[in-house]
Amino acid sequence: MKTASPFLELENGPRVNVTLDGMALSLPRGANLAAALLAAGVGVFRRTPVSNAPRGPFCMMGACFDCLIEIDGTTRQACMIEVTDGLEIKRPHRDEALA
Amino acid sequence: METDYAIIGGGIVGLSVAWGLLRRGRTVTVMDGDDGSFRASRGNFGLVWVQSKGMNQPRYASWSQQSAAIWADFASEVSGNTGKSIPLEQKGGYDLHFSDETLEATVAKYEKLKAQLGGNYPYEVLGHNALRKEEPHIGPKVVGAILHHQDGHANPLKLLTALAADVRGMGGHVLVGKTVTDVAKPDAFRITCADGTVVTSGKVVLSAGLGAAQLGPKMGFKAPVRPQRGQVLITEKLPKLINRPSLIARQVDEGGIQIGATNEEVGLDDKVTQPGLSGLAAEAIAAYPALARAQLVRSWGALRVLSPDGLPIYQQSAEMPGAYLVTCHSGITLAAAHARILPDWLEDTDAAPDLEVFSENRFAVS
Repeated sequence: MKTASPFLELENGPRVNVTLDGMALSLPRGANLAAALLAAGVGVFRRTPVSNAPRGPFCMMGACFDCLIEIDGTTRQACMIEVTDGLEIKRPHRDEALA
Repeated sequence: METDYAIIGGGIVGLSVAWGLLRRGRTVTVMDGDDGSFRASRGNFGLVWVQSKGMNQPRYASWSQQSAAIWADFASEVSGNTGKSIPLEQKGGYDLHFSDETLEATVAKYEKLKAQLGGNYPYEVLGHNALRKEEPHIGPKVVGAILHHQDGHANPLKLLTALAADVRGMGGHVLVGKTVTDVAKPDAFRITCADGTVVTSGKVVLSAGLGAAQLGPKMGFKAPVRPQRGQVLITEKLPKLINRPSLIARQVDEGGIQIGATNEEVGLDDKVTQPGLSGLAAEAIAAYPALARAQLVRSWGALRVLSPDGLPIYQQSAEMPGAYLVTCHSGITLAAAHARILPDWLEDTDAAPDLEVFSENRFAVS
């Protein structure tokens, strides 16, 4: 899908298919996942567990823990992950506590 | 003289005392250290805690109870003055047990203390199933818990921020980056700092945490305080997983789960260690297995300020009358008592609490 994004994509290499909460996205292989999601038009990565406030990447260097996403059942920092083929990305803690 | 009271140490203890004195119309100058100081007020676990305290000295239990009982009112006054919230929850806390033997032994001690306190020690014992109804995420290894209804927890950093703002707002002078090197009493008190700053005051309160060990003897105190390291961990912010705090873990108002704490006699070393943190994580997962999947955001170490028997020390100097030592391990729990009750002792009013059991007389002459 194509979504408007204020972020420019710098990569021109091969693209791979990933999903975000089941939605198909085509992202540059090897790109920084947080940057790639922003360029693909994903602004809100998750909502906070306490106040349900929207959150997305802020520091882009692994310090702020705002860009959290979930991969294989584990909450991770999107800015510390590279895009790989077939990534299944979820928004963390959508419903309730870790089960 | 510049000020009625000089307070040496601008952590939670010093600021609580300063707040209480300012509220009574006294002038106060607080001298705080710097980022190189050991600052328990910035590294602690944030419990407002009653159970297990004063097992050998009921007065310490009742002093903690007194403070816990007025904590909410104290916090709301500071919040109201400053517009800064101080998150606090006092709906009980747990002592979690992994064996029936330790649970029974602790209950026996609590029963003895309860009798000494005239029955004012509201706790109940929850077996595993009863506990699971309260805490759905509790693990199978936890055989039960003691739920004490006077326990709770707060956000200690927000308390520190609000208290510091209110002390300034009420006209208190807070000097930062000061290392006090000498206290003399030629007439009024004369407090000298490493950078040459001199403050003169009518009275002086030494509430410098571990710093009291060096400064105390110069002022006529024994000040037998020692550091005990506590390492802690905090997770990513999570949906509600833990309802009530325990010494093992608590879910803070902002969503993260704080996991604590080691008790290590390692001197003035506040670093974290891999075995220390691993041990904490393992214990927390045994209590709440879902934590195995939680991400850790930070870990840190901080140094408790402990007297030989773990109780607070409240002592006026015989050598320098008008100088008071105020030190304790539980600055958060006792913040309300230090702000609202202790000033009566410093001012020697008719309402002064009897703090004799907390004097330095209990320590053998060294």
